[in-house]
Amino acid sequence: MTSYTSRCCIAFMALVFLISCGVPNNPYPKSERNEEIYYSTFVEEPKHFDPAISYSSDEYRFLQQIYEPPLRYHYLKRPYTLIPLTAEAVPQPRYYDARGRQLASEAPAASVARAVYEIRIRPGIMYQPHPCFAKTESGALRYHDLEGADVSGFDEIKDFLMTGTRELIADDYVHQIKRMADPGLSCPIFSTLADYILGMETYSAAIANGQADAPFPGVEVVDRYTYRIILNAKYPQFVYWLAMPFFSPMPKEAIDFYNQPAMKERNITIDRFPVGTGAYRIETLLAHKEIVLVKNENFRVERYPSSGEPGDREAGLLDDAWEVVPFIPKVVYKLEKEYIPRWNKFLQGYYDSSGISSDTFDSAIAFNETGDPSTSEELKAKHIVLRTSVEPTTIYLAFNMLDDTVGGYTPEKRKLRQAISIALNYEEYIEIFRNGRGVVSHSPLPPGIFGYEEGEAGINPYLYNWDASTNRPIRKSIEEARQLLAEAGYPGGQDRKGNPLIVSFDNTWTSAGATSQLTWMRNKLEQIGVTMESRTTDYNRFRDKVKNGNFQIIYWGWHADYPDAENFLFLLYGPNSKTLHDGENAANYDNPEYNRLFEDMKNMENSPDRLARIREMNRLLQRDAPWVFVYHPVTFGLSHQWLKNNKPSSLGGGNFKYLRIDIDQRSGSRQAWNKPIVWPIWLCLGLLILGTIPAAITIWKRERGTQ
Amino acid sequence: MITYIIRRILYAIPILIGVNLIVFFLFFVVNSPDQMARKILGEKNITQEDVDNWKKQNGYHLPLFFNAEASDGGYFTETIFFQKAAKLFVFDFGTSDTNNIDITAQISQRMWASLAIALPTFILGLLVNITISMIVAYYRATYVDFWSTIVAVTVMSVSSLFYIIGGQWLFGKMLRLFPISGYDSGVNMLKFVVLPVVIGIISGIGSGIRFYRTIFLEEVNRDYVRTARAKGVSEAGVLFKHALKNAMIPILTNVVLAIPLLFLGSLVMEAFFAIPGLGSFTIEAIQAQDFAIVRSMVYLGSVLYIVGLLLTDISYTLVDPRIRFG
Repeated sequence: MTSYTSRCCIAFMALVFLISCGVPNNPYPKSERNEEIYYSTFVEEPKHFDPAISYSSDEYRFLQQIYEPPLRYHYLKRPYTLIPLTAEAVPQPRYYDARGRQLASEAPAASVARAVYEIRIRPGIMYQPHPCFAKTESGALRYHDLEGADVSGFDEIKDFLMTGTRELIADDYVHQIKRMADPGLSCPIFSTLADYILGMETYSAAIANGQADAPFPGVEVVDRYTYRIILNAKYPQFVYWLAMPFFSPMPKEAIDFYNQPAMKERNITIDRFPVGTGAYRIETLLAHKEIVLVKNENFRVERYPSSGEPGDREAGLLDDAWEVVPFIPKVVYKLEKEYIPRWNKFLQGYYDSSGISSDTFDSAIAFNETGDPSTSEELKAKHIVLRTSVEPTTIYLAFNMLDDTVGGYTPEKRKLRQAISIALNYEEYIEIFRNGRGVVSHSPLPPGIFGYEEGEAGINPYLYNWDASTNRPIRKSIEEARQLLAEAGYPGGQDRKGNPLIVSFDNTWTSAGATSQLTWMRNKLEQIGVTMESRTTDYNRFRDKVKNGNFQIIYWGWHADYPDAENFLFLLYGPNSKTLHDGENAANYDNPEYNRLFEDMKNMENSPDRLARIREMNRLLQRDAPWVFVYHPVTFGLSHQWLKNNKPSSLGGGNFKYLRIDIDQRSGSRQAWNKPIVWPIWLCLGLLILGTIPAAITIWKRERGTQ
Repeated sequence: MITYIIRRILYAIPILIGVNLIVFFLFFVVNSPDQMARKILGEKNITQEDVDNWKKQNGYHLPLFFNAEASDGGYFTETIFFQKAAKLFVFDFGTSDTNNIDITAQISQRMWASLAIALPTFILGLLVNITISMIVAYYRATYVDFWSTIVAVTVMSVSSLFYIIGGQWLFGKMLRLFPISGYDSGVNMLKFVVLPVVIGIISGIGSGIRFYRTIFLEEVNRDYVRTARAKGVSEAGVLFKHALKNAMIPILTNVVLAIPLLFLGSLVMEAFFAIPGLGSFTIEAIQAQDFAIVRSMVYLGSVLYIVGLLLTDISYTLVDPRIRFG
């Protein structure tokens, strides 16, 4: 053996030895292995960190750890409950009529000319350390007069050596509301807010004309810690917007700092590097690879909640009650676009929590005799915990009410839509295609929203009968659907001239599983004699078809901005028609009675009166059937046993501060689960050597001319 | 040679204009600026006013190719095509449409991650493929040749996705020898690079062996090889000293052409191994309908391809003294 070959063999053996000694598949640096770091993943690169622009859940999961609007949702309580975050209390609006006289809180909306929200924030809240606040010895802002050469080579905020901070004041909130009116920022909720906040539209137009100091009567600073928002109408849901990042504070120093040409040239902007008062701040932002959050050194003393919903105590979610948060000093998010590696790394213990895809559902989840889900034996062996929650989301099929065939408001048209709704058995759909991860919907309102009703009162009587013996709704039979179809003028699925009833279904379903879903829908409709044609297009075409009303049936969904019935029922309000008014009412449903009830209901506080109106609206929807109510998704979340206080929350953000990690448990589990297996390497090496022997003999023979 | 290079560079200009035109045309056949704006701004609460505002902010409010209302004769210059495409010729890629990030900075940052995988895969793959091909050529018309052909065709027939998922499952999950996915800089990069490189070599070995084997077989049947054999040169000597040297021209064509494209990375490999390279950068841009990034990457790809062709021509003169540029 030559010296070169022997050196190679020694190097190879050393590599194998090193592999067999440690945990070679650990993707994290050694220095992090015993640190309290929460590891998770993100699938889409966040595009915006400016709270005036961002409107995506992919971005909110980060933004809500950094920015603090005045209100938030209670971490544990369900239904979602608003509580103060930086505010001292949840503001109660004061109503005034056109003459400026104060009205009672239950005053009818028509008499309200002004609604005033006065928000007082808590003193002593400090911003994260940030160079925009850094000062020189003379007290001037250090980095507010930068030239290109000053930031040469700078890519991130941490490249600035000096930082500073200051106290949160009311002016920061007012500044942010003004920013939302800036047309240059394209705030996605501007149109909604401009309908309510006094003078917002005019102020925006003035900004567009370069009048930066134009008056904005809808917001004002009262004192250092108090500000007012003035609405031009009664809008009880406004308070929910105050829990969204749009209404976070934005210090003027930050905007001045980032608006310097030298900073823009380096692409160091507020849209990438937030400045907040939350429990965390961004330490590393490599959106194409990883995002690292670390504890905000200036974060105030805040404590873990001491109460929750029934079952939270038993689940250990109140074990840390009154403890000071945050528990975890660092959060690392890795970009993982593909599900398979993400799932395998979760099983190896390298990610602390995970969702479940349909591909791995059967190996991860088992259902008991009563139909309740739990983790499979494999996951139980690893003590992985399953938590489920119903999303504040509604999925539906919308009929185009402007269409000649499936639209319209006559009894026949209603019956046609009801027949189709009965035939599409979404209990079966959820079992087959969603692995049971959904609650069949009877109205637009999902569980947990005021107006949602359990039991017999909540069912859709046009599609279901109530079975008193089992206390469950029973979907009406196919025979009843056929009967409805006949009464609609399509006996056996044919019109009076004998032409078959063909309905088109516009969709963007191009995935591998789409064919089976479309086949399922076709088969279900064929049961009543209706032929379904699928029209699959790309999303741009689909969106155009919906906007132009060029469809019969579409599949769509809505995720709530806030937990109020108004945020779901407005999806069927006539003036919100997608085709006629570019609103969110994709079905173009326009029932004057429904519209009137909606206008009454939307401005009411939750009360028996409001519930009665919601019931009435639901009955109209169930009768007219502009939607096939499909389901409300149920999220299945998995987490390792070492991750404590993990409660899924679709609306409330800013939750990392409540999570805790048992680091010893995690290290031990990772070590035990990831011992390398090296014998196959030796086996392959042996086979390779054996395989080369005949070849070497052949060469030897050839070279000597014996073969 | 200088004249030849200048002439080739001049030829490249109309090609690049054509590529830009085609990309521009194809992109806007599928997406209108309105659709781009709606995709980027999101679905909820977006009005036409918001869309128009976004278009104005990002320069998509102009006509596509011809501006009939332009003042001072800017019929062609005050268009989206001119405004967006002209800067590419001076390699000013501008900022992305979705989040205003500097595209040049992203390319220079992400290029290294792509190269970290592509370069070792390419070099080691080349060595492995040439070595095995020579062995197969040496054993031509024997059971070694027969079985290597079967194995090579089988390896070629399997999707690269299979190797990726299978490799992650076997080496990452079952044997636990490497991280399943991820990327880091510096020395830590090594443990993330080994698995994709090994998978990249294995998945390319089938086509590589078939290609290089054909080249070597062509060479070993030439007259100069017969002469060498007649002079008593051993079979190994014939193959490694004489045939290899003369097989360099077709090998160079293949190799030099591929080198510039290594910068662009691999779309699938980077997505599955969470490698933040240019392949994933491009695919994300396509999904997000970010025209600024798409046109920049296509332009860069075209330039690199042209450079590759030019380098191939130049390299011929280096390995074959008979070739001269006219």
